[in-house]
Amino acid sequence: MNAVTVKNLNVWFGAGADRSFAVRDVNFDVANGESFGLVGESGSGKSTILRAIAGLVPTWSGEMTVAGETLGPKRSKSFYSKVQMVFQDPYASLHPRQTVDRVLSEAMSLHGVQNVDTRIAQLLDDVGLGTGFRFRYPHQLSGGQRQRVAIARSLACGPSILLLDEPTSALDVSVQAEILNLLVDLRREHKLTYIMVSHDLGVVGHLCERIGVMKEGRFEEVLTVEDMRRSKAESPYTRHLLESSINSIR
Amino acid sequence: MTDAPLLDVENLWVKFRTRSGVFDAVRGISFTLGKERLGIVGESGSGKSMTGRAVLRLIRPPGFIEADRLDVHGEDILSLPEKRMRKLRGGRVSMIMQDPKFSLNPVMTVGQQLVEALRAHENVSRSQARQRALEVLDEVAIRDPKRVIDLYPHEVSGGMGQRIMIAMMLLPNPEILIADEPTSALDVSVQLQVLDIVDKLVRDRGMGLMFISHDLNLVAKFCDRIIIMYAGRIVETCKASELRNAQHPYTLGLLNSVPDLEHPRDHLEVLKRDPAWREAPSVSARQ
Repeated sequence: MNAVTVKNLNVWFGAGADRSFAVRDVNFDVANGESFGLVGESGSGKSTILRAIAGLVPTWSGEMTVAGETLGPKRSKSFYSKVQMVFQDPYASLHPRQTVDRVLSEAMSLHGVQNVDTRIAQLLDDVGLGTGFRFRYPHQLSGGQRQRVAIARSLACGPSILLLDEPTSALDVSVQAEILNLLVDLRREHKLTYIMVSHDLGVVGHLCERIGVMKEGRFEEVLTVEDMRRSKAESPYTRHLLESSINSIR
Repeated sequence: MTDAPLLDVENLWVKFRTRSGVFDAVRGISFTLGKERLGIVGESGSGKSMTGRAVLRLIRPPGFIEADRLDVHGEDILSLPEKRMRKLRGGRVSMIMQDPKFSLNPVMTVGQQLVEALRAHENVSRSQARQRALEVLDEVAIRDPKRVIDLYPHEVSGGMGQRIMIAMMLLPNPEILIADEPTSALDVSVQLQVLDIVDKLVRDRGMGLMFISHDLNLVAKFCDRIIIMYAGRIVETCKASELRNAQHPYTLGLLNSVPDLEHPRDHLEVLKRDPAWREAPSVSARQ
């Protein structure tokens, strides 16, 4: 069964003559437990697809089925216990005046999770922070630690699908490696499905099996990472992206 | 190098007074910059940006600078009056900041800002300045300078904004260009384009480039010499071409932590920081 099916998705902003399409006729599906990457330059509509799935953009048309639920204009509460999103900027996505404990317990109480106390300790362990960080404020954490908290929050209600919007682009390469390793481990342990947006082909190639390359709101092509490695990309745009991604010197 | 270096730094410290004592952001580093491309690499908090700012004396209180020597083209800038310093900044030494969104003035057109930047340093008429601005926009590969010059910053893309920043910094013909993460706010596909432009300009004009970044692979491609910083000190310095022979575990860690499309690994290497790195004395990068 597919975790996510998207058919003929269009997303637009503005009305009347000002209407501009951010996403045009996009089709893809993601199998259970798969990790699907969306790549493209800024403005290509990759983040908009994620936001449309999460219900953050009301102006869309088409058909979206996520975790067996056909999506309408509003998302149900049970939808958010199955699908969670991690945002780009860990400095902006945590409430500056709430402790880690409060952030996590609020997410859990919204979904009626029991044993909040033991769950928080377990979540913090899962994301490699440990309970010592439980009563810290965001300003007492580094960027990587904040992103770990944001990931813990997204896991708090036990979702099966994570939408990752450039989860490491605000971080240093060394910290990025830690977060990517964490995401690989979590996916294996919790059997998660990922849809990840990034402009870095190296990052997407590390985490995903299949990649949709976007340009101007449309899919240029969908290919497996294997094909990409063997440079079997068909569209000239994908090849251009591949060439401009900087290879390691080793 | 036969002639005197453009920039000569010896035993530079950047310190901040805090409630719990003095915090050292940069701890006694020495380096020189000639007509070359020098990369400064490190994680956040390693003091690389502070080094760049210290060269322009841009550290605000409670921070302060101490150094045995801080010379820009033979001129000791530690003792220069602020007025002379303002001539130097943007005139002989320019800095490209990280994010064009925050460094361009949102209520002035591109042209107004370029003209202002030039007229602050040279005695030229408005129309001459505008002509020079058009030329320099062309030089940074902006396709239609006549149209772009009258746009506001919000009307241009990130990559174009960054090229406008570069154009502005190049107008007064600086000798030293400090680029502090000039491309980290940009897409991969635009990144190379912007770097190529910087690279070409630095070669053509014979400037000295100080390229500050956290991405070692990127720096290795674009610089002649690399300084690797950790906790305010230089842990290693080498020629970019000899980076593969780097010895320090921190350098190796930085190199190996980058995901590589061609060589997939199940787990990326994670830096294991050794407290001894912190205490090891700074390596001199003077030439």
